[in-house]
Amino acid sequence: MREKILYALGAVAALILVRNIHTMLTGLPDEAFQGAIFRIIFFHVPAAFTCFLCFFASLIAGISYLKTKDLKWDTVAVSTVEVGLAFGAANLITGMIWARIIWGIWWTWDWRLTSMLICWLLYGGYLVLRNAIEEPTERARLSAVMSILSFSVVPFVFFSIKWFRTQHPQPVLYGEGKMDSGYRAMLYGNWVPILMVAICLVAVRMMQEKRQREIDAMRRSAHAF
Amino acid sequence: MNDAAARNFEYLAYGLIACWLILIGYVLTLVSRERRIRQQMESLQRMLEDKEGK
Repeated sequence: MREKILYALGAVAALILVRNIHTMLTGLPDEAFQGAIFRIIFFHVPAAFTCFLCFFASLIAGISYLKTKDLKWDTVAVSTVEVGLAFGAANLITGMIWARIIWGIWWTWDWRLTSMLICWLLYGGYLVLRNAIEEPTERARLSAVMSILSFSVVPFVFFSIKWFRTQHPQPVLYGEGKMDSGYRAMLYGNWVPILMVAICLVAVRMMQEKRQREIDAMRRSAHAF
Repeated sequence: MNDAAARNFEYLAYGLIACWLILIGYVLTLVSRERRIRQQMESLQRMLEDKEGK
C-alpha cells in the first residue's frame, strides 16, 4: 500500500513537471538579456535546493546515528545522500549548459562552481567509503562521520557568491535579488514537484536499504548455523 | 527566430533532457537494485529450505 502511494506521488509529480515545462515554454516570456536559456533556472535552482536539503537530512541522520546507534538513521543518511547526488548532478550539468550560452564556456574554476563540484565529489566519496566497509555498524559509524564532515562544505557553497568575487550570478530569491513574480512563481512551482520526486526516491531507496540489511542479517545467521 | 535565439532554445532543450536523463538513470539504478534484492531473497529462501531438508 505504501509503495503504491509512493508511485502515485511520483507519477503526479512527473505530470506536474511536464505541465510546468509546457507552461514555461509557452506561457512565460523570454528573459530580456538572457533569452530562452534563462528558463533553465527553473530546474537549476530547485535542483540545488533539493540537493542541499537532502545533504542536510543526511547530516541530521548522521548525528542521530552517532547519538542513538540505531541503524535506521544510517538508512536515512545513505538514501538522502544518493538522491542529493542525483540532484547535485542535475544542478551542475544545467549550470554548465547555461554557462556555455551566457559565458561562452562550459566551466570556469569560479568559487561557486568549484565548491559545488568539491561538495558533490565529497558526497560521492561517502558512497565509495560505504561500499568499502563490510561490517554494518562500522560502516554506519564511519559514514555518519563522513556525512557530518561533508556537510561543512555546503554553507561554503551557498554563501560563496556573497563572500568572494565570483562570476556566478548573485542570488535572485533573497537579499537584494529581484525576480519577476511570474518567474518566481514558476521557480517555486517547479520546486514542489521536484521535491515530491525526491521524497519518493528517498522513500523507495530507504525501503530497499532496509530489506538489504535484513537479507544480510539473515544470510549471516544462516551461515552461523 | 534568429540564430542566437535558436541556439538558446537548443541548449535549453539539452538542459531539460539532461535533467530527465539523470532522473530516469537514477530510477533505473533503483529498479536494478530492486531486482537484485529479490534475487538475493529467493536464493536465501532456497538456501534455508535446503538446510531444513537436510
